[in-house]
Amino acid sequence: MEYKISNRLRTGAIILMILGVLGVGYGFMDAYSVNEDNITEFLANEDHHGDEHATESHGEEHDMSTAHAEESHADDAHGAEVEAEGHEMTHEEHVLHQLHNRPYAALYVAAFFFFMISLGVLAFYAIQYAAQAGWSPVLFRVMEGITSYVLPGGALVLLIAFFADSHIFIWMDENVVAHDAIIQNKSGWLDKTWFMIRGLIFLGGWSAYRHFSRKFSVAQDLADINDNSNFKKNFRISAAFLVFYIYTESIMSWDWIMSVDPHWFSTLFGWYVFASMFVSGITVIALITIFLKSKGLLPFVNDSHIHDLAKFMFGISIFWTYLWFSQFMLIWYANIPEEVTYFVTRIEDYNLPFFGMVAMNFLFPLLLLMNSDYKRIPWFVVMAGVVILFGHYLDIFNMIMPATVGDRWFIGFPEIGSVLFFGGLFMLIVFTSLGKYPLLAKGSPFIKESEHFHY
Amino acid sequence: MEASKVIHAIYTDDDVLMSAVKTVKAERYHIEEIYTPFPVHGLDKAMGLAPTRLAITAFLYGAVGLAVATVMMNYIMIQDWPQDIGGKPSFSFLENMPAFVPIMFELTVFFSAHLMVITFYMRSKIWPFKKAENPDPRTTDDHFLMEIAVHNNEESLTNLLKDTGAVEINIVNKDEDAH
Repeated sequence: MEYKISNRLRTGAIILMILGVLGVGYGFMDAYSVNEDNITEFLANEDHHGDEHATESHGEEHDMSTAHAEESHADDAHGAEVEAEGHEMTHEEHVLHQLHNRPYAALYVAAFFFFMISLGVLAFYAIQYAAQAGWSPVLFRVMEGITSYVLPGGALVLLIAFFADSHIFIWMDENVVAHDAIIQNKSGWLDKTWFMIRGLIFLGGWSAYRHFSRKFSVAQDLADINDNSNFKKNFRISAAFLVFYIYTESIMSWDWIMSVDPHWFSTLFGWYVFASMFVSGITVIALITIFLKSKGLLPFVNDSHIHDLAKFMFGISIFWTYLWFSQFMLIWYANIPEEVTYFVTRIEDYNLPFFGMVAMNFLFPLLLLMNSDYKRIPWFVVMAGVVILFGHYLDIFNMIMPATVGDRWFIGFPEIGSVLFFGGLFMLIVFTSLGKYPLLAKGSPFIKESEHFHY
Repeated sequence: MEASKVIHAIYTDDDVLMSAVKTVKAERYHIEEIYTPFPVHGLDKAMGLAPTRLAITAFLYGAVGLAVATVMMNYIMIQDWPQDIGGKPSFSFLENMPAFVPIMFELTVFFSAHLMVITFYMRSKIWPFKKAENPDPRTTDDHFLMEIAVHNNEESLTNLLKDTGAVEINIVNKDEDAH
């Protein structure tokens, strides 16, 4: 039941991080190899290529003409930039911005993706305590291991936001704001200092809860059998955390994600981001549990636990789809120009990732995890889990990229490099943390019930 | 036709019933039926009953419902009279699909739920004015009844059932044609 991160895993994680740094570094070099001097040449070359791909060049022309003809039709970054320069920004400048934004946005997407996994697990963990769930205490240590990434992961997201500045958040560019009445009216909220302070408050609250719940959980292990005071403390702070979490998560989603499109807003966005992080978090709990169990380290976890996790993966995947569709359909149906641009860009420029993600996050888990027997088969759950995780990476990709790089997206070196880097870091931190305490939270008053859990 | 005999063993506790079922199964007697006032967890497994396939039928019914909804709306809204209603694109099914999804979803659930329930009624032979097949009214309140067919082994069977903790053992003539 004791676990120590193996050298192979640690080396593997470090190699992933190094490969990631190389990929991201190449992404930056590649992006900045195009600058004011050679952008004309770059575009000329591209047009030449365009001749061979008639449809592609056609799409581009279409995009350009609409952007200049009516800014509200184009994506927000587009519109904001065009407006910023008093409708004088050239095509070259516009493309240059998109090219330069790409490595920043790629880093940000991957950083947020891995951070949101651990935050989703933290919310799941708090719910297990607050609901006094009888089935899950055997998984508490796995969850605590994953949530160890909340603090470093969140700090990295904020750091990238701080340094990427207007490469991701167009409203951080004073030049743009000066010419944009819509952003000016929101500047009471969208202000970089205030953004960072808010971010630090959220992160402080989340990691404080994480710190104390871990502390009480470990203390409960060592306490007397009749002493449940640490469990009760954990119950109370979990309930309080959930209240704090639902507010801060919602605000965080406006700040960290929705504000990349500062002209656009959606009321259920917070829930939508929540569903995404919750299902990815639960999926990662299932994957790490199955991994540790395959090493024989979790003898007390039976296939009913896996079955329950898979049920959650299934149910929350459908919940995510419900929110995704509710957001999409309401905006599609009413078709109000100021809202619908968000989906117009995504459907025109991101057709495959936008609809592919629905297939991966909905159809795949729906059909695979519906059967009760399949939910008990580890490799089945792993296969569904991997698809769900890829799907939710694409989900975040679809939220950030259209506002930063527009139609110049690709999943290449900077994107894959960022995923490798943060994936490696995530593995390193999570598995190191897993090795710190025994994998069975034996002090939990529900541990016996949980060990005998049978569905 | 000759009336066959069955033995009715009555229990007052579900735990005793469960262990009795295991003993009787171990002795290789065939249990005809068990009557309980409430669901006893694990009884079907102990009796060796085959798992239900009701969920599979529900999935298939849901697929039928989805198909009905799709075909219906494609015919009405796209094929038969593709009218422009508030600027919604009625050129193809896919273009106007988001507007149809709520109906597609509801009909899937409707078909799945109702047809499954009707299947359940039919398979369980439940309908209004059906004559209740209850051998002893106490089994709807607080008694459990196990029914085993007798084939010239009354004595050994009675002894076995007594040992399993039955509070009452009755031998009943059961007319086969009464079913």
